[in-house]
Amino acid sequence: MEQPPFGAPTADRIVEGHLREVSNSGGRTRSIVSSVKEILSYRQLLVRLVSREIRARYKNSSLGIVWSLMRPLAQLLIYYIAIGQFLGASRSIPDFAIFVFTGLTIWTLFAEIVGGGTGSILANAGLVKKVYLPREIFPLAAVGGALFNFVVQFIVLIVATVLISHPAPTLDWLLAPLAILLIIVLGTAIALVLSAVNVYLRDVEHLVDIVLLVLFWASPIVYSVTAVKSILGSSIISEIFLSNPITLAVLGMQKAIWAAGSQDPTQFWPSHLALRMLIALGVSFILLIVAQRIFARLQGNFAQEL
Amino acid sequence: MEKQEDIIVVQDLSKRFVLHKDKSVKDRVLYFRSRDKSRSEFWALKDVSFNVAQGETVGLIGHNGSGKSTLLKMVGGIIDPTSGSVMRRGRIAALLELGAGFHPDLSGRDNVYINAAILGLSTAETDAVFDDIVEFSGIGNFIDTEVKFYSSGMYVRLAFAVAVHSDPDLLLVDEVLAVGDEPFQRKCMNKIREFQREGRTIVLVSHSAEQVADVCTRAIVLDAGEIVHDGEVGEGIRVLREGYERDRVSETERAADPFIDGAVKIHGVDVLLSNGEAAGSEPIPRGETLTFSIRAEVKKNIEWITGFTLQSMLGQTVYFVNTKGIGLNPPQDVGNYRVEFVVPDVNFGRERLILSAGATTLDGTIIDNLQFAGHLDFEPDPVGGGAVQFKVVASIKS
Repeated sequence: MEQPPFGAPTADRIVEGHLREVSNSGGRTRSIVSSVKEILSYRQLLVRLVSREIRARYKNSSLGIVWSLMRPLAQLLIYYIAIGQFLGASRSIPDFAIFVFTGLTIWTLFAEIVGGGTGSILANAGLVKKVYLPREIFPLAAVGGALFNFVVQFIVLIVATVLISHPAPTLDWLLAPLAILLIIVLGTAIALVLSAVNVYLRDVEHLVDIVLLVLFWASPIVYSVTAVKSILGSSIISEIFLSNPITLAVLGMQKAIWAAGSQDPTQFWPSHLALRMLIALGVSFILLIVAQRIFARLQGNFAQEL
Repeated sequence: MEKQEDIIVVQDLSKRFVLHKDKSVKDRVLYFRSRDKSRSEFWALKDVSFNVAQGETVGLIGHNGSGKSTLLKMVGGIIDPTSGSVMRRGRIAALLELGAGFHPDLSGRDNVYINAAILGLSTAETDAVFDDIVEFSGIGNFIDTEVKFYSSGMYVRLAFAVAVHSDPDLLLVDEVLAVGDEPFQRKCMNKIREFQREGRTIVLVSHSAEQVADVCTRAIVLDAGEIVHDGEVGEGIRVLREGYERDRVSETERAADPFIDGAVKIHGVDVLLSNGEAAGSEPIPRGETLTFSIRAEVKKNIEWITGFTLQSMLGQTVYFVNTKGIGLNPPQDVGNYRVEFVVPDVNFGRERLILSAGATTLDGTIIDNLQFAGHLDFEPDPVGGGAVQFKVVASIKS
């Protein structure tokens, strides 16, 4: 008996929706609104990708998640001993360990967003080439992974602060979420652009390592802004130093969490810190929109360049 | 079949690939002047337009490099066209690569959820079909094992299972069915048939003419980025085969021995019924005796063999015979001859067979080949079906 003839569907299937243009056909770029809508419709995937990254990273290690803390703790130890004790920075900076860890925590968030985001499209080349997804998902998943590590570190930081310096609630605490938001928005903008450019120019990955190293020492993480101020005075260079959004985020974080320093009258804090941070946040938002436009333009050729 | 709404509309789609030969800064600086030379471009697709109605199963066929996969990727939205547009609606599942997105260090279960999310399923929807996925894949207890320990067959089965359970309106399939063992391939084909019955739309890229002939309701044949045929499947496969044949003949012609070339010419084949009339006006009834008379002209003194082949519309050989098999030696002297084969009691079950005839040397080198020497129509089998037909009598015994 031959197979029954195929062809005519026996069931009428209802397909919802109207005909829509597929991705950027015709060389046009999607609007930012439709991009955001599309990304939102894939938010469950985003969550899964983030958890995939985190779980896969520590899958066969016996210490698991503890490893995400090891690196910053080792850094803390190095800076505490080498810079704090040997170079004597801890004499002018009270609670030096808390000070360094505060800066390191917010810095690590930035470094992981940018570093992880840059390689994210290449790392997921298999998916990019074979399945259609809004490609912004991959840098965003890197941001999610960095945030997860950040939360772990942040909890440790808060516990340590509460145990060591018994802080009293102040309005300065509000600077912490502002600083975190600033770093996320700025870092995401940079990660979006670099992840796309990295597909065409693989040199970017190596460049990012170096630039991150420079930026680390350009922000008052292991030295205090007071020391910078005493050398630079109120020159234009000092203003440039203070306009660095990463510096602002680090300062905001320190003002909020490093209780020993924010109450110390000998420490220098830039005027209108909150306002400066808000401006930086506004600029970062604009950068994020620009970054998305650049990403949308570049992503059309991802599949054939990888 | 009533007219269904279109689910894919492709208009004037073109894709140009630019090949850069220089990649590093050093190359670009050194060869700055000759930059244009280091760029070459080619058009993978040129002005391709077609519509796919809902419920159709379209086979995209063409030889390597004809642009099928590029076209499928553009329909899937993975690469952007250079010009033209693709419009689409409904939920799509693209089986371009099974298991893309599988993470080797995670368990099968985790990967099912991730892959389902990639195909657009929510967690709740995946929960609902999870057991079916495991059942279909036949993975069983290995579902909680890390995927890196899976055999390649298990890997593919799991990925396919996820894809077919994602409830797509449109399924894009690219060659993936070539992997996996036979029972699994059969399972895949059955699933595709089930999808057809459910009114889903399928676009299938395949090198296997049998596969396309088996399931597709329409074939689009691509050659060098252009559509050369769009419509009936059997015809499409014939067009594709002719393309292959053309390539092959042009190759063999170049290699051919100048002595053999043109030594024998096949002018045609006459098919006569038992009453002496030419076949062709009406379908040939079962049991008829046919005479195949090959008209050949020997131009050089050579030892040769001649014979004919009957093929189905899909190119499957149903029957062939030649003088060597029968033990007959055609004359070597220059002149015109008729080589007659009498075939008694024909019972072909196919309604139409394509007749071809050829002449070769004793070691099988082709001297002349008549690809299409006519076609024969047969009366359909009133009771059964298949490649042959019989006068079957049935009775019930208790």
